Amino acid sequence: MKTKILAVPYIIWMIIFTIIPLGLVIFFAFTTQSGKFTFSNIVAMNDYLDVLFRSIEFSVIATVICLLLGLPVAYLISRLARGKQGTMLMIVIIPMWINFLLRTYAWMTLLEENGIINRFFGLFHLGPFNLINNSGAVILGMIYNYIPFMILPLYSVMTKIDENVIEAAQDLGCSGFHIMTKIILPLSKQGISTGIITVFVPSVSTFIISRMLGGGTNDLIGDIIESQFLGNSYNPHLGSAMSLVLMVIVLLIMSLFNQFGSEEAVI
Amino acid sequence: MKKNFVIIITLILLLITFSGCSGNTNRTSSDTSSSNNVKSETYSNTVISEENITDNSQPLNSISSDDVNMDTILTKLDKSLLSDYDYSKLKNQNITLNVCNWGEYMAVNQDDYFDVNQEFEKLTGIKVNYKTFATNEELYSKLKSGGGDYDIVIPSDYMISKMIKEGLIQKLDFSNIPNFSYIDKKFVGLEYDPENEYSVPYTWGIVCIVYNKNMVKKEITGWCDLWDEANDNNILMFNNPRDAFGIALTYLGYSQNTEDKKELEEAASTLKQQKNLVQAYVMDEIFDKIGGESSAIAPYYAGDVQTMIDENPNLDFCIPKEGTNKFVDAACIPTAAKNKEAAEMYINFLNEIQVAYANCDYLCYSTPHTGVYSLFDDEIKTNPLRCPPDDYLNEKTEVFINLSDETNAYTQELWNQIKIEKSKSPWLVPAFLLISIALTFFLNIRRSRKKKQDIF
Amino acid sequence: MNKILSRTITAFVIVFLYIPILVLIVFSFNASKSRANFTGFSLQWYEKLFHNEAILTALFNTIIIALISSLLATIIGTAAAIGINRMRPVTKATIMNVTYIPIINPEIITGVSLMLLFRAFTVYSGFEFGLVSLILAHITFNIPYIIYSIIPKLRQMNPNLVEAAQDLGCSSAQAFFKVTIPEIMPGVLSGFLMAITYSIDDFVISYFNSGTTVETLPITIYSMTRKKVSPEINALSTIIFIVILAVLIIKNAISNYKLRKERLEYLASKS
Repeated sequence: MKTKILAVPYIIWMIIFTIIPLGLVIFFAFTTQSGKFTFSNIVAMNDYLDVLFRSIEFSVIATVICLLLGLPVAYLISRLARGKQGTMLMIVIIPMWINFLLRTYAWMTLLEENGIINRFFGLFHLGPFNLINNSGAVILGMIYNYIPFMILPLYSVMTKIDENVIEAAQDLGCSGFHIMTKIILPLSKQGISTGIITVFVPSVSTFIISRMLGGGTNDLIGDIIESQFLGNSYNPHLGSAMSLVLMVIVLLIMSLFNQFGSEEAVI
Repeated sequence: MKKNFVIIITLILLLITFSGCSGNTNRTSSDTSSSNNVKSETYSNTVISEENITDNSQPLNSISSDDVNMDTILTKLDKSLLSDYDYSKLKNQNITLNVCNWGEYMAVNQDDYFDVNQEFEKLTGIKVNYKTFATNEELYSKLKSGGGDYDIVIPSDYMISKMIKEGLIQKLDFSNIPNFSYIDKKFVGLEYDPENEYSVPYTWGIVCIVYNKNMVKKEITGWCDLWDEANDNNILMFNNPRDAFGIALTYLGYSQNTEDKKELEEAASTLKQQKNLVQAYVMDEIFDKIGGESSAIAPYYAGDVQTMIDENPNLDFCIPKEGTNKFVDAACIPTAAKNKEAAEMYINFLNEIQVAYANCDYLCYSTPHTGVYSLFDDEIKTNPLRCPPDDYLNEKTEVFINLSDETNAYTQELWNQIKIEKSKSPWLVPAFLLISIALTFFLNIRRSRKKKQDIF
Repeated sequence: MNKILSRTITAFVIVFLYIPILVLIVFSFNASKSRANFTGFSLQWYEKLFHNEAILTALFNTIIIALISSLLATIIGTAAAIGINRMRPVTKATIMNVTYIPIINPEIITGVSLMLLFRAFTVYSGFEFGLVSLILAHITFNIPYIIYSIIPKLRQMNPNLVEAAQDLGCSSAQAFFKVTIPEIMPGVLSGFLMAITYSIDDFVISYFNSGTTVETLPITIYSMTRKKVSPEINALSTIIFIVILAVLIIKNAISNYKLRKERLEYLASKS
C-alpha cells in the first residue's frame, strides 16, 4: 500500500509536464490570438498541405530504404559469433553518438558543388553533379541519421532466431530467398514494425536536416512548425495546429504498426 | 574472407577521403589570407561615381588619425581614448547583460581585434552574454515567445518601428548615452523612429550582389542577373519574404514598400519564375556558400560582401543598377530588459570611437559614427561598398518601412505559394485529420477486441 | 549468393556511416579553412577551439544540465517505477502508456508543447526561460527511459525477497534499501547513463526551451553551422568522436573480460 505513494511525485510531474503541455497545443490549435475558439488554424494548414505530403513522402522513402538496407545488415550481424556481434553493433552505434547536427553538416561538405564527392568525380573528368539542395539530399540525410534505429531493433529480434530452424529449412531444400521470406521475415515482424516506427517518426518531424541539405525549397513540416515559433513567421496558433496534425499522423502510424499497448486510450 | 572484407572497407574509405585532399583541382579554394591591397583592385565599375561624398558634421571631441597609433588601435583597447564616462558605476553588482545581435556582427572572439565584450566586462564588471540571430523576423519571434530576456537587441529599421508599435522596446535615457552625439545627424530621427527616442544607430549599408568572377559567364550589372538563365542553378536567394520581395519589386521598378496587391502579385510571379534558377534559399549561409565557391551569385549585405571579397579574391561585387535596399541597424532595449542602465552603458561603450572603429573595421559595414568616419583614409571613403556615394543613396535606395499587418500577411501568403504548391479544397486537412483519428480508434479497438478473444 | 549480397550491403552501410565522420576528422587537421581541399597539416583549429569561450561555456552548461537532470530524473523515475509496479494492472497500464508519450512523440512536439507551458509560466509568474526550463524539460524526457529500464528488473525480482527480509527482522525501510535497491541497481544505472547521453545529445527540445540566455553545446553547434563556418566545428566533432570511441571500447573490453571470466568459472565448475 505504502509503496504506491512513491509514484505520486512522478504522476504529478507527468500531469504538469506531459499532459498539460499537450493540452496547451490542442488549446492553441483551436484558438485565435485573442483566445476565441476557431477552426481557422486547421483550415489554414491547407496552405501547407504540400509540405505535409512531402514530409510523409520523404520519410516513407527513407523508411523503406532503411528497411531494405537494414535487413541484411541486421541479419549478418545476428549470425556472427557472439563476441563479434558486440563489435559490429558498436560499429553501427558509434556514429549515432555524434550529434546529428555535426553528422548532417559533414554531409554538406561532402555533397556540395565543390565538395569532396564532386572532386572525386572530377578526377575522372566527370560532373560536377547536383548532389545537394534537392529532395534526394534530404532523404539521404534522413537515412544516414536514422538507419541505426532500424538496424538495432531488427538485430535484437533476429538474434533470437534459432540457427537450427534455418538449418532445418536448408536441409528440407529451402533456397536462400525462401529462407528470408518464409522464416526470417515472419520471425522478425516485431523488429520490423519497431524499426519502421523509430525511423519514420523522427524523419517525418525533422527540421534541421531539410534546412541544411534541402536548400530552402524542400522545407518539411518540422521546418514550418519551427518557423511559427522561433523563426520567420511568428504564429504559435498555426504552429500548434501543425503540431496537432503531425501528432495525429504519428498516432496513425503507431496504430498501423501495432506498437501501442492495446488498452491504450488515444491522447 | 573476413580479413578481405575489412581491407576492402578501409580501402574504399581511404580512397574516397583522400581523393578530396589530393592536389588542387582547377577551382581554387578560398584562402584565409586577407590581403588589403585586393580591396582597391576589385571594385567593379558599375554605376558608382567615386566623388560626391559630403563631409559629415564634425563632432565636438573627435580623434584624428594623427593622435592614435593606428597599428594597435584594433588589437588593444587604449583606455586614454575613452570618453570620461563612469563605466565603473555598476561594478560588483553581479549584473549579466544579454545581448542579441546579428550573426558575426561585432568584433567578438577574433584574432586581430580586441574582444569588444571582454573589454566591456573588464571595464565595467558587467558580464556580457552574447547571442545571435539571422533575420529580423527571427528576433521578433524570440522577443515574442522567449519572454524578453534580452537587454539589448540590434534590429533593422522596419522591425524597429514594428517593435515600437507593439511596445516591445522601450525609450532610452540619452543622458546615459553621451556618445550619441557622435551619431551623424543624417541618421537621427529617421522614419522608423521619428523622434529618435528608442534607438541608437549601429551600422548601415545597402544590399548588393556578390558573385564569383570565375563562375559567372556574363558581366553582372544588377538584379536582372539573378533572373538570367546563364547563372542557372548557381543563384542563391534570400529565404525571407521581406528581403526576397524587396529585390523582386526593385527589379520590376516598383517601390519596396508597396502595399499594392497587384504589384506584390507581379513580384510573386517573378519570384516564381526565378525559382527554377535558384540553387537554394538561404540567409546567413550565403556567406559560407559563396565564400566556399559552391554558388556563384547572391544578394547580400555590403559590409559582409567586403569581408567575403577580402577573404576570397575570386569574388567581386556589383551595386545593382536598378537600385536597392538601404538598411540601418540600431541598438534598442526591449521593454522586458532587466538592466536598462547597464544596457545604456553598453550602447555608450559601443559608440566609443575606438570600439566603434574596431567594430567597423571588422564588419566593413558603413558607419553612422562621425568619429569613426573621420579616421577613415581615402581608400575607404571612396569604396562604394563601405561608403556608398550620396547620389546613388538618394536616387536609387529605399529604406524598408513597417508595412500594415494585412500586407505582411499577404506577402507571407504569396511567399508560401512560391515555395509551396497550394491545394484547392479547404477541407482536405480537416478531413484528413478526422479520417486519421477514426482509423486510429478503429485499429485500437479492433486490436483490444482481438486480445479479449484470444484470452477466452 | 545470399551471403555475398548481404556482405556487400553491410560493407556499403558501414562505409556510408563512416565516410562523413572520417571527412570531418581529416579536415579538422587542415591548415586552411577550405572544406574540400587539404592544404597541409595543422592543429590550429584545436587551439582555437580551446580558446572559444562560447563553446566552452556551452559545454559546461550541457554537462551541468545533463548531470542535474539525469540525477533528478533517476530519483523520481526509480521511485515511480517501484510505485507503479505495485499498482493494479489497469492503472499501471494507463500510467505506462502516458509515460510512453515523451518517447514516441516527435521531439519537435515535445519541445513545442513544453515551450507553450513555460511561456504560460512566464506570463503568470516570474518564471524565465534558461537553465531551469532546460533542466525541467530534460527531466521530462529522461524519466520515461529510466522507468522503462527499471520496470523489467522489478518484474524479474522475486517478491518474496522483501518479505523474507522483513521476516528476518528488517523494517520496511531497511528491506527497501537492503533488498529492493540492490536488486534493481543495474537497471537504475543503465537508465541513468542513458538519460545522460540523451540529455547531452538533445538538440530539438533544448532549442525550443533554452530561451534567450543559455546555450547548450548542440545549440552552439547549430549556430556555428550558419554563418562563417569554421573548421573548429570539425575539431570539436573529432574530439567528441574520440571520447565516445574510448568510452565504448573500454566498456566493451570490460564486458568481454567479464564474459571470459564467467566462461572460465563455468568451465572450472564443470571439471
